[in-house]
Amino acid sequence: MSVDLGNDASSGDTEVRKLDRVVIRFAGDSGDGMQLTGDRFTSEAAAFGNDLATQPNFPAEIRAPQGTLPGVSSFQLHFADYDILTPGDRPDVLVAMNPAALKANVADLAAGGILIVNTDEFTKRNLTKVGYEANPLEGDSLSQYQVHEVAMATLTQGALAETGLGKKDAERCKNMFALGLLSWMYHRPTEGTERFLREKFAKKPDLAEANILAFRSGWNYGETTEAFAVTYEVAPAKLAAGTYRQITGNTALAYGIVAAGQQSKLPVVLGTYPITPASDILHELSKHKNFGVTTFQAEDEIAGIGAALGAAYGGALGITTTSGPGIALKSETIGLAVMTELPLIVIDVQRGGPSTGLPTKTEQADLLQAMFGRNGEAPVPIVAPCSPADCFGVVLEATRIALTYRTPVMILSDGAIANGSEPWLIPDISELPDISVTFATEPNAPDGSSEFWPYLRDPDTLARPWAVPGTAGLEHRIGGLEKADGKGSISYDPDNHDKMVRLRAAKIAGITVPDVVVDDPSGEASVLAIGWGSTFGPIGAAARRVRAKGMKVATAHLRHLNPLPGNLGDVLRRYERVVIPEMNLGQLAMILRATYLVDAISYTKVAGLPFKAEELQGVFTDIIEGGGAR
Amino acid sequence: MTAIDLGLPGIGGLDGVPTTDEKQTAKSYKSDQEVRWCPGCGDYAVLAAVQSFMPTLGLKRENVVFVSGIGCSSRFPYYMDTYGVHSIHGRAPAFATGLAVSRPDLSVWVVTGDGDALSIGGNHLIHSLRRNVNLKILLFNNRIYGLTKGQYSPTSETGKITKSTPMGSLDNPFNPVSLALGAEASFVARAIDSDRKQLTDVLAQAAAHRGTALVEIYQNCPIFNDGAFEVLKEPGERERRIIPLRHGEPIRFGGGDDGGEYGVVRDQATGSLQVRKVTEVGEAALVVHDASLSDPSYAFALSRLTDSSLAHTVTGVFRSVDRPTYDDEARAQVRQAKQAKPADLQSLLNGKDTWTVVR
Repeated sequence: MSVDLGNDASSGDTEVRKLDRVVIRFAGDSGDGMQLTGDRFTSEAAAFGNDLATQPNFPAEIRAPQGTLPGVSSFQLHFADYDILTPGDRPDVLVAMNPAALKANVADLAAGGILIVNTDEFTKRNLTKVGYEANPLEGDSLSQYQVHEVAMATLTQGALAETGLGKKDAERCKNMFALGLLSWMYHRPTEGTERFLREKFAKKPDLAEANILAFRSGWNYGETTEAFAVTYEVAPAKLAAGTYRQITGNTALAYGIVAAGQQSKLPVVLGTYPITPASDILHELSKHKNFGVTTFQAEDEIAGIGAALGAAYGGALGITTTSGPGIALKSETIGLAVMTELPLIVIDVQRGGPSTGLPTKTEQADLLQAMFGRNGEAPVPIVAPCSPADCFGVVLEATRIALTYRTPVMILSDGAIANGSEPWLIPDISELPDISVTFATEPNAPDGSSEFWPYLRDPDTLARPWAVPGTAGLEHRIGGLEKADGKGSISYDPDNHDKMVRLRAAKIAGITVPDVVVDDPSGEASVLAIGWGSTFGPIGAAARRVRAKGMKVATAHLRHLNPLPGNLGDVLRRYERVVIPEMNLGQLAMILRATYLVDAISYTKVAGLPFKAEELQGVFTDIIEGGGAR
Repeated sequence: MTAIDLGLPGIGGLDGVPTTDEKQTAKSYKSDQEVRWCPGCGDYAVLAAVQSFMPTLGLKRENVVFVSGIGCSSRFPYYMDTYGVHSIHGRAPAFATGLAVSRPDLSVWVVTGDGDALSIGGNHLIHSLRRNVNLKILLFNNRIYGLTKGQYSPTSETGKITKSTPMGSLDNPFNPVSLALGAEASFVARAIDSDRKQLTDVLAQAAAHRGTALVEIYQNCPIFNDGAFEVLKEPGERERRIIPLRHGEPIRFGGGDDGGEYGVVRDQATGSLQVRKVTEVGEAALVVHDASLSDPSYAFALSRLTDSSLAHTVTGVFRSVDRPTYDDEARAQVRQAKQAKPADLQSLLNGKDTWTVVR
């Protein structure tokens, strides 16, 4: 691929090696712009047609002290010429912008991997700050890697010397220098990044030009110096035909909400309170008011869901978004939505817990909270996306359930899905499901009187009518107190309460959900690995590795956690061993063991990071070979 | 019984809510539910006043919604033959905010108590007042927790002996009117359950106000705090304790044919308000009530004339000012966005950077 960068240097002597996949990790200080750098490289890979998956990793502090280990921010990107499932276990290439970034990340770098270091930051002071007694670039501690020392700050400042930009501002463009260098190494298209920079700095054209200049200098540095003998090509992936874009989980959730409003023909009201890692859903939705979306940033989590439920009572599509700590605060209102049987979408982007826990790290330990975290028997349907792109469809599915069955529905995403990105086969909106609803308009009393009974159920779905204020003749009162079956007035009758508890449970248990699909290419596996949420990628990637070694393993993934698919019991009983990898202490395992009496093996890890495919490969192999989980 | 014309521009609290020519009576607003408050409860009087008042608004009954939290007063919606929601403790303003934002065609009323609004729901109350959502909040203040059987509340006088405070309560009570004014509420009023005429007048002004209207209603709990406001009801006592506010008139009270023995004057040194004998200060010194002042400090000074001993209690409309409401503005943003950009879902999903894979 040729890119005209306006210089005459030739790269004719550089060897070009073809690869099927590469994992690159950009690591630096929180202020170094690593997320932006990673994001741009991702866009370049997407524009080129690679399959890709990304995993940002950043501290909860906005700016931890500069140059320290807690301040390290990184962005990992996996791109390939085939369909990949995870952001990659360990990087093949590590870009370390300072000693802290090197120290925090080098252990993950694959042996023989490429290490590109910004030497300008390797001062005695910075080394001491992170506990390096000697400069690691000088000893032989890095001898197992291909180390490239590049004085990125100096080179960037040099390149920008004539722009009139101050030294400090020039130095801040060094991330674009790194991006340029990597873009050259991997033959990435550059037009997108240059266009992006011009748009981003539209109001400061001198900064736009400085960043573009730094980006080009990085490219030229690779091309003109002889430091890099090899460049790499990763061909476009052979994905299913169609038009793609890159998307993060939170953006896909926001788009799903917009689409759910359009497909249900209801105005959308988001009531929410900022919380990591869910806030980006609010940010994105607040840009799309032209779709009839109202976003309400409430005074707290409780008011957020309260307003969403109030809007739902009025006939809107009510939505609230949060993370685990917010769910704890919203529990009482979720219970009210269960009792009043109003549709509501509750999105929990899970993070490390308990309490404040690990705000920027991923975990899936809110499953039991979603299932049971309310007083009384308060069943709530649960749907979980398995990847960033899956978030879009999950919102439509959750909305279908909420509107059809008049119930709050929980969506369990997580930090890895929220901030990770991947290509998304953009749906044709004419093929999206119609989830429109009809409100009650007439009195419905079975005795033929002119009364309206708000708790008279549809015999098929057990849903009650949704009668919105403004409908003459259907004036009624609902609330958190127990209701008389049918008529809906307050009832303290013991038999009625027993009946209503069972009716509410039966309504949720009776929700139609698709059967779970088993992936077992051989059809002969005796071990089934089953998961939910963001473990989809690592489980699938591990299964591929196991199968590549000639062993057999089946996989299945649960999108619906409540109710569970109707065929799940049969599926589980079909295998000799069932293993459930989870980023919690065995919450799905507890549910499946209790529900189906299967002796499932729970494999768990709660490190705030996704499973590695290599790790699960080992787990599956052990079980196939007759061992238990480690 | 019409709202005071403050000569301000803007739209009324009920604009956008459909009206009807159908004749309504208090009975039209009575639901078929048996009222289950204790005999002698002040809530009965308020319910009757509201049911008699609602027909005067001429609204379609189906476009009226009562939302409540938890507590004795929060059973109120069950007894109104309108739409109603009995939500959860303290959260009625949050629920009502979502409803009001999405449905400008509804007249939304919140019924709450001193515990519901000022203790567990204090946050939602001050934020709805701050945002000025078009809600009418009726705060029934009986200075006690009734439904949980008699613990002290955030409006109980210090030293209150209750089941949970056998040696006397320690906390300083809230003055709900002061609290609301501190949150810069655009409409704040106080009424007493036993004074139907004034309560109705205040309700009418609250209904006509666009924005959050807070109406504190002193309400007697005959079981756990009987007679809490008795001094404000006894002939001979009430005249020299209640300071009624009338927009545009000097603040004067105390009974008698001459308009009252007492009046409210401003301390020129501190700006605070004081009660003085009119004969001592002269009529000209009396403060002329102006509910429309944009600076809330005057209304706040008025609210400080009431303390928990009830030596004096100011009633009527303290403050009624026009300022933009959150719900009107939120809808305006959506309208503006719709006008600026068509709702093209496919284009949104496509975004700026796509690539196509062909087989």
